[in-house]
Amino acid sequence: MTHAKDILSPRLSHLRKLEAESIHIIREVAAEFARPVMLYSIGKDSQVLVHLARKAFHPAPLPFPLLHIDTTWKFREMYAFRDEYTRAHGLRLLVHKNERAIAEGVNPFDHGSQKYTLLMKTQALLEALTQGGFDAAFGGARRDEEKSRAKERVFSFRDRQGQWDPRNQRPELWSLFNPRLDKGESIRAFPLSNWSEFDVWQYVQQERIPLVPLYFAKERPVVERDGNLIVVDDGRFRLKAGEKPRLRQVRFRTLGCYPLSGAIASAATSVEEILGEMLTGRQSERQGRMIDHDEEGSMETKKREGYF
Amino acid sequence: MSAVTGTLAETLHLRAAKELVRLVIIGSVDDGKSTLIGRLLYETGALYDDQIEQARRATRNGDPIDFSLFTDGLKAEREQGITIDVAYRYFETERRKFILADTPGHAQYTRNMATGASTADAAIILVDARLGVLPQTRRHATIAALLGIRRLAVAVNKMDLVGFDKGVFGAVSRELQEFAGRLGFESVSLFPVSARHGDNVAQASSRTPWHQGGTVLGFLESVEPPLEDAQAPFRFPVQLVLRPHLDYRGLAGQIASGTVAVGDALIVLPSGVRTTVRAIDSFEGPLQRAFAPMSVVLQLADEVDASRGDLLARPAEAPAARTRLLATAVWLAERPLDPQRAYLLKHTTRTVPARIAAVRARLDPETLQEEPAATLRLNEIGRIAVHCARPILGDAYADNRVTGAFILIDALTNETVAAATLLAQGEEEPSAERPRIVRIEAGDENLLQAHEVERFLTAAGRLAAVVRSPEAALACAGAGVFAVYLAAAGDAPIPGALTISAGSRDWRELLAAAEPSAIG
Repeated sequence: MTHAKDILSPRLSHLRKLEAESIHIIREVAAEFARPVMLYSIGKDSQVLVHLARKAFHPAPLPFPLLHIDTTWKFREMYAFRDEYTRAHGLRLLVHKNERAIAEGVNPFDHGSQKYTLLMKTQALLEALTQGGFDAAFGGARRDEEKSRAKERVFSFRDRQGQWDPRNQRPELWSLFNPRLDKGESIRAFPLSNWSEFDVWQYVQQERIPLVPLYFAKERPVVERDGNLIVVDDGRFRLKAGEKPRLRQVRFRTLGCYPLSGAIASAATSVEEILGEMLTGRQSERQGRMIDHDEEGSMETKKREGYF
Repeated sequence: MSAVTGTLAETLHLRAAKELVRLVIIGSVDDGKSTLIGRLLYETGALYDDQIEQARRATRNGDPIDFSLFTDGLKAEREQGITIDVAYRYFETERRKFILADTPGHAQYTRNMATGASTADAAIILVDARLGVLPQTRRHATIAALLGIRRLAVAVNKMDLVGFDKGVFGAVSRELQEFAGRLGFESVSLFPVSARHGDNVAQASSRTPWHQGGTVLGFLESVEPPLEDAQAPFRFPVQLVLRPHLDYRGLAGQIASGTVAVGDALIVLPSGVRTTVRAIDSFEGPLQRAFAPMSVVLQLADEVDASRGDLLARPAEAPAARTRLLATAVWLAERPLDPQRAYLLKHTTRTVPARIAAVRARLDPETLQEEPAATLRLNEIGRIAVHCARPILGDAYADNRVTGAFILIDALTNETVAAATLLAQGEEEPSAERPRIVRIEAGDENLLQAHEVERFLTAAGRLAAVVRSPEAALACAGAGVFAVYLAAAGDAPIPGALTISAGSRDWRELLAAAEPSAIG
């Protein structure tokens, strides 16, 4: 926990300015929308987002629930962390799964990452937002993550089908966000738009924000596929002929479904060591995400369909 | 990012307390803007190996790496080969984190430029050395100035294609210094650049020995971000009220300007209720003082009624509540400005219904000439008069970039149709004292009394007239004249009018209490 006096420097540090801006955005959404919800993916960006939301309304509780879109293929440690963190801070958590796709046995091995993502993430998300009647959904996306996100608005407008049209977004000047919607329309709000990956890690350090242990290096059972290091998290993983998990010292930069998350070889076991590795590291964060590699511009296609 | 120097802890500590600087870069693809941005990202280590590899793969065989490929985001623009929207880029140096709004520079994309410039501390404008200063260069500089940017850098690009000619650079310099000087920039810095080859981007070029003005990156490292002025008038737009339980009522918001301390006397606007600050709360605990741009929660000493859209300020420096605004507007929508149409005006956290009463002038951003106009179309800039259904608590944009700005939203389509900046108060608005209607009830001596009120107001320096119908009263009020309305027996009261009963002896006090500014 930082001390109150740290805030009172004559000029706020970039982290304090980003924090103040994000809190402003979170409060604007809470004030302007009837039924907001905060998407919670259990990753580091989500942890920062929830931390900022707790700050925004302190001493009052969060005026909206968290929503986890559960593909059932997350790491076991993520589920354990999710339940413990939300319980410890008294956060209201909704969990939504695409039950039909699960019943039909959709999985990342047989259906390919594109179809799997569309069904288990995009469709599940749209389903959850419709069922909950939510008119605003917070996400932890940052503009520096990927090229198509550089033009994303803070209030990203979605039509009745939950789709994103890059040509039909509202201009955003100053910090004056236009919240007006017609029935059935919604927005996605991105309070971390101006944060970089490095900012997120610095903030995690400054605020001592708890994270899933998967972000820190440890020996884990790994198979190598197409240059990606996949951690075999449970018995559902389908090993190919000749594949045998080996224990390797790895950590994750981004977390998702375990069969689709690439780990990196690393010795960093603390936030400080991770920051140190980043100062010399040369690979972008989404490099470990297999769903982006399918085709050039794939993220943009997913977003048009309603993916976060 | 650069290599680790000193101990890791020291380096991380330094990097945790950077300055945040916001920039806007303006120019068309033809000026090599994407290449310059790609070069800046590359030189500051903001690009990763896999991103560089991706760009290298997409570059035609044999060509040097195409830096512009780092920044072209969307499929549609890749297909058309043009940048169609504002994109945000991030890079950092040892001391600073930069947020760069990358805005397309074609003439029709004024709205994107305005968007990028609205939050920027400094602007970079690109000029193609072969073409020199174009009308659109002047347009870019004008928009940057209108949106409150005071520091301008000009990258005269493609110097390699003019043989790094000193004369070419000098001609552009002279022309732009003259034009930008008229726009009120505090500083204009020019750089002879080849973004493709890296000259004077991050490293001083040996091919421009006649240039002593440093590099573009050097400018970005040294340009002074605006100090949050602790002496600026305190402005706190209330975002929402926090009420976790009956004993706690906190006003959440982001301080727009100035400083506040526990015990400070404040006024709640527009109600005018006075109060003091009982506590300043944050997640980390109570604070004694807070300043812009912190997001905090204020507890007030009294049970005063304040909610979203209200503004807290110090009584002695409170902004006037105004329903009639004069502003410079950039029109952002395909549908032209329409005085008959209903708009919503969003200013800080306050949204009120509004109409555009008149377009006073259209500005030619290339010549700075004003011309008469009946409307504004997409990407046009002009001065407009706006009438709001409820008062706005604003400052001139030149004094405050938060409380001096507003947007207009089409009430029917929900589109954001205009971005506007408030002009200095009272300027070209002679009726700024908010005309009012004084209704004198029917009675024996009411004609005498009406003329006494009229004389009193005239002596106080106000325009006033005695009228005999509600329509005439509203017309006078609308024209900026105090209407002293002589009511007939059985007349319905006019909403908002101050009623004085016939023969009343204390009307001066009533008038002073109801409208102190009218007679002050």
